[in-house]
Amino acid sequence: MNKKEMANPRDAYGETLVELGGKYRDIVVLDADLSKSTKTILFAKKYPERFFEMGIAEANMISTAAGLASCGKIPFASSFAVFATGRVYDQIRIDVAYSRANVKIFATHGGISVGKDGASHQMIEDLTLMRVLPNMTVLAPSDAIQTRRLVELMATTEGPMYARIGRANAPVLYKKEDLKDIKIGKGLVVKDGSDVSIIACGTMVAQAVDAQEKLSQDGVSARVVDMYTIKPLDEKLVIKCARETNAILTVEEHSVIGGLGGAVSEVLAENGSPTKFKRMGVQDMFCESGEPEELFEKYGLSTPHIVKTVKKLIK
Amino acid sequence: MKQHNEEFVRKLDLTSVKIRKHIIEMLYRAKSGHPGGSLSAVEAIVALYFHHMNHNPKNPKDPNRDRFVLSKGHAAPTLYAALAECGYFDVKELLLLRQINCMLQGHPVCTHIPGVEASTGSLGHGLSFANGIALAGKLDKKDYRVYVMVGDGETNEGQIWEAAASASHYKLDNLTALIDRNFLQIDGNTEDVLRLESVRDRWSSFGWYVLEVDGHDIEEIIDALLTASEQKNQPTMIILNTVKGKGISFMENNIDFHGVPPNEMEYKLAMKELDTVQKALEATL
Ligand SMILES: Cc1ncc(C[n+]2csc(CCOP(=O)(O)OP(=O)(O)O)c2C)c(N)n1
Ligand SMILES: [Mg+2]
Repeated sequence: MNKKEMANPRDAYGETLVELGGKYRDIVVLDADLSKSTKTILFAKKYPERFFEMGIAEANMISTAAGLASCGKIPFASSFAVFATGRVYDQIRIDVAYSRANVKIFATHGGISVGKDGASHQMIEDLTLMRVLPNMTVLAPSDAIQTRRLVELMATTEGPMYARIGRANAPVLYKKEDLKDIKIGKGLVVKDGSDVSIIACGTMVAQAVDAQEKLSQDGVSARVVDMYTIKPLDEKLVIKCARETNAILTVEEHSVIGGLGGAVSEVLAENGSPTKFKRMGVQDMFCESGEPEELFEKYGLSTPHIVKTVKKLIK
Repeated sequence: MKQHNEEFVRKLDLTSVKIRKHIIEMLYRAKSGHPGGSLSAVEAIVALYFHHMNHNPKNPKDPNRDRFVLSKGHAAPTLYAALAECGYFDVKELLLLRQINCMLQGHPVCTHIPGVEASTGSLGHGLSFANGIALAGKLDKKDYRVYVMVGDGETNEGQIWEAAASASHYKLDNLTALIDRNFLQIDGNTEDVLRLESVRDRWSSFGWYVLEVDGHDIEEIIDALLTASEQKNQPTMIILNTVKGKGISFMENNIDFHGVPPNEMEYKLAMKELDTVQKALEATL
């Protein structure tokens, strides 16, 4: 694992679409005037006849994608997380989830690391909104390599799916071989440890790995779980962590309500787990403009915050 | 230009009466549902399923079939009755509309009901969905057509206009939309709730070819559907001038029957009126 190397998951998404587009002729891509940012433009250039520019009309994009899916197409519909979910919740609910349409909603710019655009563009509720929908699978890839693998799995697995990545470059956590057997519905133990399990998703996995290193220098043995599937949640892994480590901390670039932390807490509570538990994420508030690192620092999602929280939790 | 023989048209009219009887029966039994908008949509749906569309009830998923999307999903009874009469499922199912453990949901669902193409009920989605079908047809170079019916009130929804722009942008000449222009929605007359006129000018300014017919005249509808199929490079909107509650005297243009089913007395009266029409039609055949 070499986490100094950086890569952009958005590039990974666009490039993977191009690769898959050659292999699967039924893949079609829709975007709502953000193709340069979401990187679907790469697909648009290679397969213009299978790319649909929908303009700034997200509702129409989602329902159109469902219509395409009803004819056997595999539509990937992309926009920023804020516009790809909240803006079009009703279209996703009826045309995608209720209809079990084979639509893949792939959102970029999730979370607060969108940065300077401010709270209007920092989507911290999407995992919750998508998780509550029956039939919906929810994914949050943690780096560019995992993004590639999960986009492949999305294309080849039937059913409604939502995935979100961030805007920024992200440390590369994996080699391609590490991920050849990953499955939707599972999480991945990235680092093993016995004192605490840090269950993270998306951009926060890299932060958790950094925190794990600092903690080990201080004599704390932390396990890091990359919970790239938010739904269906890998409940077995959560319970295993609860049994094998004394505490669980969830970390997500998302509201603490209803996302990864919410999902994990439901499993722990229903299983009567006595394990100490804490959710890290955005504390039920809108954030603000700023550099991603400044925002992580101010809103409690930086590596030092994780280290501090773990120490307090296991005390 | 009307060119269909009298008997052929009378037969479709007779089918329309049968569908209306099903609708009344279904809503009476279900003790809920939407009579007004179901009744105004009858002739168009009959024209599509019993004459114009290429579809096969024995093979509902035939990739080459024409598709119909009922965007105004609250008219589900009309669609269900047509599907049952075509043979997609047993007519007996109709009597179980909206009952627990039964197939026919209050609004159309594509996952459980043979012949239903799109799940609707939340107004404003269907035209976009139909666009998706039309785009797939173009991509696959298939010559099926897609039909979609929207309510006039439904076109208050912003998404309808996103879809209107999109269909014209992509030159979806394999798409025909029909608007059930009955001038009523729930809170009142469409022109009082949120003005729609000129419906014709709005759609044509969005790049659509627009036709206007008496939405209860089967022959006019059939001719318009044919004209629409021959149109190139642009989608067609057929304005169906209709009467909400059509066919039942006391429901016609009566806003109270948008979402209220007939009670026992109304049910009997309605069936009696339809029986009379049916007998008169049968006598001509
Ligand atoms: C998005 C949405 N908003 C509100 C409703 C509730 N509703 C059901 S029918 C209806 C009126 C529809 O009027 P119109 O489209 O003119 O239909 P019709 O007259 O043919 O019944 C409304 C507001 C709904 N089903 N979906
Ligand atoms: Mg109306």
